Amino acid sequence: MEASTTTAGPLEASAERVTRGRWGDPFFRNLTRFFALLVAALLLGILISLFRGSLPAFHKFGWRFLSSQEWNPVTEVFGALPVLYGTLVTSAIAMLLGVPISFGIALFITELCPKWLRQPLGVAIELLAAIPSIIYGMWGLFVLAPLLSDHVQPWMTDHLGEWPGVGRLFQGPPLGIGVFTAGLILAIMVIPYITAVMRDVFETVPAVLKESAFALGTTTWEVVRNVVLPSTRVGVAGGIMLGLGRALGETMAVTFVIGNAHDLNLSLFMPGNTISSNLANELNEAVGPVYTSSLIALGLLLFAITFVVLALSKLLLLRLQRTEGRAS
Amino acid sequence: MASALYLRRRAVNALALTLSVATMVIGLSALVWILWSLFARGFQGLNLAVFTQSTPPPGDKGGLLNAIVGSLMMAGTAILVGAPVGVRAGTYLSGFGQGSLLASVVRFINDILLSAPSIIIGIFVYEVAVVRMGHFSGWAGAFALALIAIPVVVRTTENMLSLVPVRLREAAAALGAPQWKVILAIAYRAARPGILTGILLAIARISGETAPLLFTALNNQFWGRMGTPLANLPVVIFQFAMSPYEDWQHLAWAGSLLITLGVLALNIAARIVFRKKKGE
Repeated sequence: MEASTTTAGPLEASAERVTRGRWGDPFFRNLTRFFALLVAALLLGILISLFRGSLPAFHKFGWRFLSSQEWNPVTEVFGALPVLYGTLVTSAIAMLLGVPISFGIALFITELCPKWLRQPLGVAIELLAAIPSIIYGMWGLFVLAPLLSDHVQPWMTDHLGEWPGVGRLFQGPPLGIGVFTAGLILAIMVIPYITAVMRDVFETVPAVLKESAFALGTTTWEVVRNVVLPSTRVGVAGGIMLGLGRALGETMAVTFVIGNAHDLNLSLFMPGNTISSNLANELNEAVGPVYTSSLIALGLLLFAITFVVLALSKLLLLRLQRTEGRAS
Repeated sequence: MASALYLRRRAVNALALTLSVATMVIGLSALVWILWSLFARGFQGLNLAVFTQSTPPPGDKGGLLNAIVGSLMMAGTAILVGAPVGVRAGTYLSGFGQGSLLASVVRFINDILLSAPSIIIGIFVYEVAVVRMGHFSGWAGAFALALIAIPVVVRTTENMLSLVPVRLREAAAALGAPQWKVILAIAYRAARPGILTGILLAIARISGETAPLLFTALNNQFWGRMGTPLANLPVVIFQFAMSPYEDWQHLAWAGSLLITLGVLALNIAARIVFRKKKGE
């Protein structure tokens, strides 16, 4: 009798626990699922609200919105071409400078530097991403821009300005602020992101592969070119896309140094505007529904571009993961 | 012939490796240069008044106290809202929803939101909150910051929870613990330092955000409340730096230094918390 009562206690308790588990699991599953859905809903909400906000502009301008050069708050005629051009050109400069530098850094950290230096150097480069973008803006405006206008830009005009074709890019007044400066700062800002991805994918290359190449007598550079890069090409492209996505949408650093001008200029030294800097400068001061709506339409355009670029980056990186899973 | 080829290969190799070292030097000098100019000018503008007085009109003496307090209020509110949402969504991705279609879709969307331009969040909140309410407010700013913090927390929570050894979960499950209990009592406890790291990084991320605050919290010359336009460090820095007044520019540098020190401290704290976990 006594024995059965002692066993009955825990049994009852565990039975109770099982039933509690029965409602506990569905409850927690649905609770967490709700919050996961919230994240998805956020994207949907952004898309819907941007789209609704841009309808008046689309109604008024149609496709001309994308091709028109004019940006005139007085006559309420708005076109996205100059800012679209500014966004693409600054990002192109950032990629031209940032990608080779990031590649070199990733190469240095994964293949060249002594093991004990890897961690501190990696952290140092990651710190570039931790610095808020407004600091890049301050630095660009007060430190980099004067230097560029006094020394670098006159030199570039003298030496590159006469080149056939590309020469016109480097002509113009050495103002210090402008498209070129913005691109330069963006290049520094994308380095940590691209480097991080490149480091990660370079480290996935099996040591056996590299060692066998070294055993055949190849140099370090040949191993990188013929072993590491071919097997990580997809991931490298994903990293570049991630950096591009960042550069296209960066706002504050660009707003400080680009000069806020709505002109379409071939010269990189002239002030310009990107989609994001234009928004930062004008959304608060916009009067009238068409003006506001045109700015929101710019936001939608920026979101669409960065979404495609970032989605592409993500898909490339996922593909690398998948092929790797198959190989091992 | 063979030796010429050999020399050429050696030369190419040496060139490539030298360039690689050069890029590393470029990267490091950019970091040092930025931090150096920031510290030099920031400390110059820093004095006691920065912490005890409010933002001045041009030409007057003053500090950044109202902006500092405003930033803390908004970042605090944002993380109080954003962290629980992010942790729960991350839990779904790593636990209940593992392998499900919804989880893959949400993970994909979250990674895009993580890198999406923050100014877009600003426009979104401007439309759904500021336009509806009819005025800029600290609440709107906090809302925007929360939306930026959520993807960061989701990402790290998921990563940290999936680092918890499967054996640990299975051992608990074998003892009869239901899944929710495995997650709450085992996985959360094992991943707690990691999740905390994610939250610290999210705070670091939102403390420097400017673009989403321009259209939501705006700025305030005076003391504000959450229901009114609220002064905050990033927007004050932006406005003061772009102004022609030298006093304001000094204050902008002091503010930049404060933000950067805060962000770097948070990053270091996050690393320490995370490393402690590894050491255990």
